[in-house]
Amino acid sequence: MIRDITIGQYYPTDSVIHRLDPRTKLVWTLAYIFSLFLFRSFASYAVATILLITVIKISKVPFKFMVKGMKAVVILLLITVAFNLFLIPGTTLVQIWKLRITYEGLNTAVFMALRLTYLIIGSSVMTLTTTPNQLTDGMEKGLAPLNKIHVPVHDVAMMMSIALRFIPILLEETDKIMKAQMARGADFETGNLITKAKNMIPLLVPLFISAFRRANDLAMAMEARGYYGGEGRTKMRPLVYQKNDRIAYIILPLYLMAMFAAKKIVGV
Amino acid sequence: MKSIINIKKLIHDYQKYNEDGQVESTYRAVDEVSLDVQPGQFIAILGHNGSGKSTLAKHLNAILLPTEGSVYVDGKDTRDEEKIREIRQTAGMVFQNPDNQIIGTVVDEDVAFGPENMGVPSEEIEKRVEEGLKTVEMWEYRSHSPNKLSGGQKQRVAIAGVVAMHPKCIVLDEPTAMLDPVGRREVIRAARKLNKEEHVTIILITHYMEEVTFADQVIVMDQGKILMQGTPKEVFSRVEELKEHRLDVPQVTMLAHELRKSGLNIPEGILTREELIGELVKLKTTGATEGGAICP
Repeated sequence: MIRDITIGQYYPTDSVIHRLDPRTKLVWTLAYIFSLFLFRSFASYAVATILLITVIKISKVPFKFMVKGMKAVVILLLITVAFNLFLIPGTTLVQIWKLRITYEGLNTAVFMALRLTYLIIGSSVMTLTTTPNQLTDGMEKGLAPLNKIHVPVHDVAMMMSIALRFIPILLEETDKIMKAQMARGADFETGNLITKAKNMIPLLVPLFISAFRRANDLAMAMEARGYYGGEGRTKMRPLVYQKNDRIAYIILPLYLMAMFAAKKIVGV
Repeated sequence: MKSIINIKKLIHDYQKYNEDGQVESTYRAVDEVSLDVQPGQFIAILGHNGSGKSTLAKHLNAILLPTEGSVYVDGKDTRDEEKIREIRQTAGMVFQNPDNQIIGTVVDEDVAFGPENMGVPSEEIEKRVEEGLKTVEMWEYRSHSPNKLSGGQKQRVAIAGVVAMHPKCIVLDEPTAMLDPVGRREVIRAARKLNKEEHVTIILITHYMEEVTFADQVIVMDQGKILMQGTPKEVFSRVEELKEHRLDVPQVTMLAHELRKSGLNIPEGILTREELIGELVKLKTTGATEGGAICP
């Protein structure tokens, strides 16, 4: 059923990682990505690998869910590896006909592949353990200081959460309109790309009209329930850092130091 | 007692603008309506499409403002900008389409939306959400996504959202129009419970006659004016008049009316099946001669 789809890829289970504050997870993910670019050495990457595996183990999310996110970028990954492998000049390792693999090329290609893989798996850990709502909440609270320079943080967060709420409703509506138009002889399947796009008009027009009507109703309902923007609002479950979050923040500089030390000491 | 809602000669005009932004035509949706509601009452407003009942409802929450006349909610004028927050807290509103009034992505988050707007402290919100959801018997669904609930359940969540704001009065604007019979019954039961147990004033707007037989007062609207006003018994006694205005009466009332027309000695304004059975049994035991052919 169309209404059963979940937005994002949240994997519902109970683990320490799931219970962390979304802000902690956001900061950690950013720091992790940052560290992958900053410390380009095999020893540092070994540290990053150990961390990633440990976090995945703690999160209780099956490993195959982590790899799922990789599918979308497999081609991009292969192209990057191929280009780096064959096109970077340097000392030749192997030469088959005109294709030359250099030591530098191999080195860059391996780093690129690892970096991309870790990037995706690393951010998957966050999206798999945090609901979209928690993420918006985390962003709202984490970015709150931007309010001072007149960035409408609350408004953007509110829009995001409303959008998330209406995605399944509008999908269902699309399905309904499609069936209604098909019953009247509309054709959404045949023809080339341009005719197909043209045939979408009887679907899109009613969908937009209905979306506007819904928006109008929703605005009225929000007003009736006393919504006047973010000022003076409280939260039922305000984000508060727990003991685990504090521990996570203590581990963060330790991890970065380990990355740095690994690069300095081992040197490759 | 001080009345909770006081409407004096309310007029509401909808204006239609042409392309230059000038008023092209006006349509009078509510025409000199006066109404007084006492705290704790259950009021039903009936009427078919375009009778002005929804427009009237939107005045009670200050979503619309009077063109002429005035509306007082708990003694506060809806035209007073500064009191709007208080008014919206006093008179909560439930709308027709359940999908378009649920804001949260989880049931309890949605119920918390109203209190959050009011700036209620966090622990207090938790309490209010629990209490609201328990009143409408939706507590077990607190961590569900609203998208997976039935229409009646969604509408009950919407009611809980209003209850959590602790209003003195709840206006339900055709809450059952998009629901199946089961959902309709659930919603009406929740509204009655609130009225009886919490003494919340309920204003129910509907076009289902069966839903209003237990109201304290029934108001029938037609073309922006109040056509009839009184207890359900009084209003539904005037079957012929209601029919003239293309309005139905409950089936039982209709049956009793037809039986009376064909000669049975039954009073007008019968509202429930039990009442009709009682009357018929009475007829049989007294062995009434009238209409003996129909009821031997």
